[in-house]
Amino acid sequence: MNVLEFSGTVFAIACLAGFLGSLTGLGGGVIVTPALTLLLGVDLRYAMGATLVSVIATSSGAAAAYVKEGFSNIRLGMLLEIATTLGAVAGAHLLSIAPVPSLAVIFGVVLLYSAWSSLRPPGDAGDGAPDPLASKLRLNGAYPAAQGSIRYEVARVKTGFSLMFGAGILSGLLGIGSGAMKVIAMDRVMRIPFKVSTTTSNFMIGVTAAASAGVYLSRGYIEPGLAMPVVLGVLSGSLLGARRLAAARSASLRFVFAGVVGLLAAEMIYNGFSGGIR
Amino acid sequence: MTEHRLEELMGNLLRAGVLSAGAIVLAGGIWLLAAEGLSQPAYHHFHARVYGLRSFGTLSAPEAVVLVGLLALIATPIARVVFAVIAFALRRDRAYIIISLVVLAVLLYSIGTSWL
Repeated sequence: MNVLEFSGTVFAIACLAGFLGSLTGLGGGVIVTPALTLLLGVDLRYAMGATLVSVIATSSGAAAAYVKEGFSNIRLGMLLEIATTLGAVAGAHLLSIAPVPSLAVIFGVVLLYSAWSSLRPPGDAGDGAPDPLASKLRLNGAYPAAQGSIRYEVARVKTGFSLMFGAGILSGLLGIGSGAMKVIAMDRVMRIPFKVSTTTSNFMIGVTAAASAGVYLSRGYIEPGLAMPVVLGVLSGSLLGARRLAAARSASLRFVFAGVVGLLAAEMIYNGFSGGIR
Repeated sequence: MTEHRLEELMGNLLRAGVLSAGAIVLAGGIWLLAAEGLSQPAYHHFHARVYGLRSFGTLSAPEAVVLVGLLALIATPIARVVFAVIAFALRRDRAYIIISLVVLAVLLYSIGTSWL
């Protein structure tokens, strides 16, 4: 396979991943890395570097739309970004000392978890006790709805902050956005309404990924020739997906996609243990 | 500046960043494929070669253009944080000026590791 054919194949995979990722809300980046390593035999670190850059592209593109709609909580995002960026830098440094097979196994476990969590219904925000720290930091907000603006209060700020540090580590260690972890911290722990957590998490993913990107560059994980078709593919796929979002957010599609992600996850874990990924 | 206006500006900043970075990557990518399309890809084994700004001199011209696009993409969220610092400063929101500056410091540290 020459560079032209290789880039075409990578572009097609990335485009499909971006399309399905934005339709199902799982994010396109999460399946590009296993697809590149398992199908095309790309080194795991190169695949992670290319995917990380594509995560910045899709997150910033989507955040542009969400921020304008007024769903994202910018103060909350900014505060939690302290935790995610510190975690990301730590994770990116860990990546250079962690053995590659163990990375494949961790990647598989995280994928498996994302697939499973994407099938669960959105958590009910309910009424956890509002955190006094939240009102001190003015984190409580409101979001637009059909019946007017709905107010919400943020719970367990410190626990959420620590979980975000963990999400940052995973993001830096694996070159992913770890959107699933971020949503869980905000949605289930901090009791933030689902729509606000997903859009604020999206808003944070780009900054988190940028924090890993510098370290990735310094270690040579970002190869322009590979990142080019990945970025362009994921970006065009997710733009197409976002355009069709209203039409086709079907449960069956989610189920199929989660199944594919689950299979890739199992293969990553198997290859990590059997020495297929070194 | 109202909250809504702020959010609108931030949205436009992000969109402009992604679109211009994407266009640079696309232009560099077409050039790269035209110039080196028939060679063999070498991504099966890890061999660090490209280190941000330091390696601009050693890259081929089309690769350098793609790298400029990728750097513009990485710079987009950083520009967003700089924008947040300015916006909070305009409102004299001291707590959030400090919070955004901390985030910016972490980002600059990370970028610094690849440029120094």
